[in-house]
Amino acid sequence: MPMITFDGHDYDCHQGETILEGLTRHGVLLPSACGQGVCQTCISKAVKGKPPVESQKGLKDTLAAQGYFLTCICKPEEDMELAVADVSKGWLKAAVIEKQMLNESVMRLRLQSEETLDYFAGQFINLKHPETELVRSYSLASLPDDGVLELHVKRVPNGQMSGYLHDDAQIGGRFTIDGPVGDCFYTDKDLDQSLLMVGVGTGLAPLYGIVRDALQHGHRGEIHLFHASLAESGLYYTDELNALAQQHENVHYIPCVLHGEVPEGGMKGDIQQLVQTAVPQLTGWRIYVCGDPEIVNGLKQTCFMAGASMADIYTDPFV
Amino acid sequence: MSLYDELGGEASIDAAVGIFYRRVLGDAYIKRFFEGIDMEKQAAKQKAFLTMVFGGPNNYTGMDMRVGHKHLVEKMGLNDTHFEHVLAHLRSTLAELGVGEAKVAEIIAIADSVRDDVLNR
Repeated sequence: MPMITFDGHDYDCHQGETILEGLTRHGVLLPSACGQGVCQTCISKAVKGKPPVESQKGLKDTLAAQGYFLTCICKPEEDMELAVADVSKGWLKAAVIEKQMLNESVMRLRLQSEETLDYFAGQFINLKHPETELVRSYSLASLPDDGVLELHVKRVPNGQMSGYLHDDAQIGGRFTIDGPVGDCFYTDKDLDQSLLMVGVGTGLAPLYGIVRDALQHGHRGEIHLFHASLAESGLYYTDELNALAQQHENVHYIPCVLHGEVPEGGMKGDIQQLVQTAVPQLTGWRIYVCGDPEIVNGLKQTCFMAGASMADIYTDPFV
Repeated sequence: MSLYDELGGEASIDAAVGIFYRRVLGDAYIKRFFEGIDMEKQAAKQKAFLTMVFGGPNNYTGMDMRVGHKHLVEKMGLNDTHFEHVLAHLRSTLAELGVGEAKVAEIIAIADSVRDDVLNR
């Protein structure tokens, strides 16, 4: 009889009983609605134990990969511990090992965490201001194999956290972080699928991790990476991305600007329209869109209307 | 055998949601009701709804429909005409999936039965 741990208590789950039924029998009421694994109201995360595959049906693959499942259709096969909200390992310490400007306003911040952080490239971490307890989220541009955590920090006017990181944080300075969080990352469910990636501003950060992660998995389908900025001065990593495109025949890098000079191999105009014109048909594609929330949500709809399935659209709106 | 099983169960519902939602968002007359809405949650709700009208496993209560549309009726003037547009999109979705006319009529009748819940009457 599997034991279910929730909120610090253990509850037994009878043979053939779902976790939702088992917990309800013990007087623990989780949010739920349809009871059929359709509405996903009862989504929970297994922090210990493996949920049966049937209990993850209909969930996005990136959620399933993190142990999310539906309690209303989950007949546990082993002991499990669950959490209903987003959970992370808790706060970790990490030290600054490098600060490097990538363009006039974006800084690459590399951190070394004291404990290994298990993450999927493209997820984000929360960083705590050492003096004010202010917390901000930053996407990881690194791969777990890199051994360091790489963040792209744009200086925001009067931004407390970005100002501190740019001006005051010292090499060796220690920060508290937690994570990883987020479900915008690569999974190797189909190595031949065409991938569209659009990053606005520092929305490139998660994509820089995701594109390299895809290649590391041996992704064979076409990869079109658009990096959008107001002007050329806002682009960065152009050499790195051009080199990546040279090394891999299936990688196409398209730097995009709204105003001014157009970089080599790039395009000029509104990013939503540029994407629409460049790749009008997205049936069967997998999409990654990161950055400004308004543009991300607009592109999400554009891509869906162009034929991409909702289950194939991964977004990280920076709020 | 319910149409849900006849069509191929859950996979067919996913296909139907894709077609249906694209049609609805592409309709200039009603798309304003969908602006600023979380697309994933919306798709999940449409899936639950289509599962119900196709006779699949569901736990439909009019309450969700009422609560979910109340502000649209009160603040944005959601009315019968808008509802009929949605029905028309459901009809063409079913046609695209190759559902026969008699079945379509049956399904549209079920979908139409939630009209008063949606319009909070």
